[in-house]
Amino acid sequence: MKKQEILELRKWAAKIRKHIITEVLHAASGHPGGSLSCTDILTVLYFHEMKVDPKNPRWEDRDRFVLSKGHCSPALYGALAEKGFFPVEDLKSFRHIDSYLEGHPSMKSVPGVDMSTGSLGQGISAAVGMALAGKLDKKDYRVYSILGDGELQEGQVWEAFMAAAHYKLDNLVAFLDYNGLQIDGKITEVLSPEPIEDKLKAFGWKVIRINGHDFVQIIEALNEAGKSKGKPVVIMAETVKGKGVSFMENQAGWHGTAPSQEQAEQAFAEIDAYMSKLEVE
Amino acid sequence: MSQKMATREGYGAALAEFGADSRIVVLDADLSKSTKTEVFKKKYPERFINMGIAEGNMMTVAAGLASCGKIVFASSFAMFAAGRAFEQVRNSICYPALNVKIGASHAGITVGEDGASHQTVEDIAIMRALPNMVVISPADSVETKFAVKAAIEYDGPVYLRLGRASVPVIFDENSYQFEIGKGTVLKEGNDLTIIATGIMVEKALEARELLQKEGVQARVINIHTIKPIDSELIVKAAMETGAVVTAEEHSIIGGLGSAVAEVLADKYPVPIKRVGIEDRFGKSGKPNELLEKYGLTAKNIVEKAKESMNMKKK
Ligand SMILES: Cc1ncc(C[n+]2csc(CCOP(=O)(O)OP(=O)(O)O)c2C)c(N)n1
Ligand SMILES: [Mg+2]
Repeated sequence: MKKQEILELRKWAAKIRKHIITEVLHAASGHPGGSLSCTDILTVLYFHEMKVDPKNPRWEDRDRFVLSKGHCSPALYGALAEKGFFPVEDLKSFRHIDSYLEGHPSMKSVPGVDMSTGSLGQGISAAVGMALAGKLDKKDYRVYSILGDGELQEGQVWEAFMAAAHYKLDNLVAFLDYNGLQIDGKITEVLSPEPIEDKLKAFGWKVIRINGHDFVQIIEALNEAGKSKGKPVVIMAETVKGKGVSFMENQAGWHGTAPSQEQAEQAFAEIDAYMSKLEVE
Repeated sequence: MSQKMATREGYGAALAEFGADSRIVVLDADLSKSTKTEVFKKKYPERFINMGIAEGNMMTVAAGLASCGKIVFASSFAMFAAGRAFEQVRNSICYPALNVKIGASHAGITVGEDGASHQTVEDIAIMRALPNMVVISPADSVETKFAVKAAIEYDGPVYLRLGRASVPVIFDENSYQFEIGKGTVLKEGNDLTIIATGIMVEKALEARELLQKEGVQARVINIHTIKPIDSELIVKAAMETGAVVTAEEHSIIGGLGSAVAEVLADKYPVPIKRVGIEDRFGKSGKPNELLEKYGLTAKNIVEKAKESMNMKKK
């Protein structure tokens, strides 16, 4: 893997982080915390891993992506806009009455969105359906999904895990955005899903553990996932909720709160400073 | 008319008959012997997928398959398909308008001995409240067969309401015509209109004969598609007959009776009486005993018909 590519990915991620702040600022609502924690994963998916075509969003042989933690639409929309599915300028209309950028991902209105999500626990099942379709049709497209760690409390997630292992869906890769927080606090205090790794293994999945902000590790994990035979793969990505904006990091309070103009400016300044550091690297 | 068959039997047979299209995939939740999807499974095992006792997951998996171009039939008992998995049906199937057909068997009180936990009498109400959903409630196995064919040809979510019990076959396979959203006048008459759906269509025909003996000419309309409902036919009947009685194997809250009342309140108010289950749970018993106990009989339709006619403005 070239150093240059990693640097490029870092830059894309920083741009997407700025888009997230822009979206929630202009919507005066939305979910920055979990969006920032899965930004690096989304960046690798859309700018390194997935076969997609912004000019033909419904291309039949494309790789599919389902944002099971649909509240993190700001990150997904930011990635899709940067990828060229729709104009970056439109991100400012996020959640507005006359906009197609619905509060949660909507496959009917947003180009590049493969499944409508927002009700936690369902996205992963839809991804299982897509992976099953791929197997039925003997196509080699792959299906990716990102789940929240609080989302694991939904029983449906485990129904989906059971089905994916039973049907040997090795064309399916699920990322767990393992940031340790949900709305009401720490996942281990609200209702612990631990020990997560043991449970995932017991459900028949191959588990890979990484630092979800390390691009080299994300890419290597995806390469390893690509070699799995007969087993779906879950990449447990340890992340920081609010990553990249100092005052949002590890704060459950920033789960679903929009920043003020001043706070947004501080966030932009921090990300800009990070980006200029990247320039000299 | 002596032949009897459950609508779920018609469903399984139709899936097998029209199942050659490789886009068709059938899912079940460990009830394939009861929902009759096993008939399809025997013929096309490679396109039958058992999702286990996990109805919520099944509905969303169906959505994922449909998003990849499949025509998906997802089956379970109505209680679990419409009830347990309501929110999955709403958010994953109806909101994105995906091509999933829900084959919901064991609807209504004629489930019989299993009792109230399995007797779904609320499904029409909740399914028809969903945008993008088509709701079909066939009267016999012949109508079911044509409904399945129409559902395959239609692109979008469909809820097919099917029964467990054997019921008389009232339609002739050779002349029967089915169009989603189109009700049919089965018998002409101008004194009042009986509008029925599902297994109550046969009871409506029986009620008409009883009324005829008393000199009352009842029109009988079959509404197999509860949504989108055939308002034109219903309004025309209200105008020409001036009184309506509805009949369904469903709660009187939110079902066919409510749908007809909504149409007529908006467009042409006339007296309406509703035959259905009166806001209570079912119980164990034989299907015919239950129909009797809960007032789902021709006799009760006749009574309600007279009440409705008496309310006509003199
Ligand atoms: C079924 C369902 N229940 C509740 C919610 C409300 N909700 C939105 S986000 C959230 C917390 C999610 O926590 P987690 O999965 O850890 O996401 P992340 O930390 O990555 O933002 C909740 C409860 C929902 N969207 N769906
Ligand atoms: Mg979390």
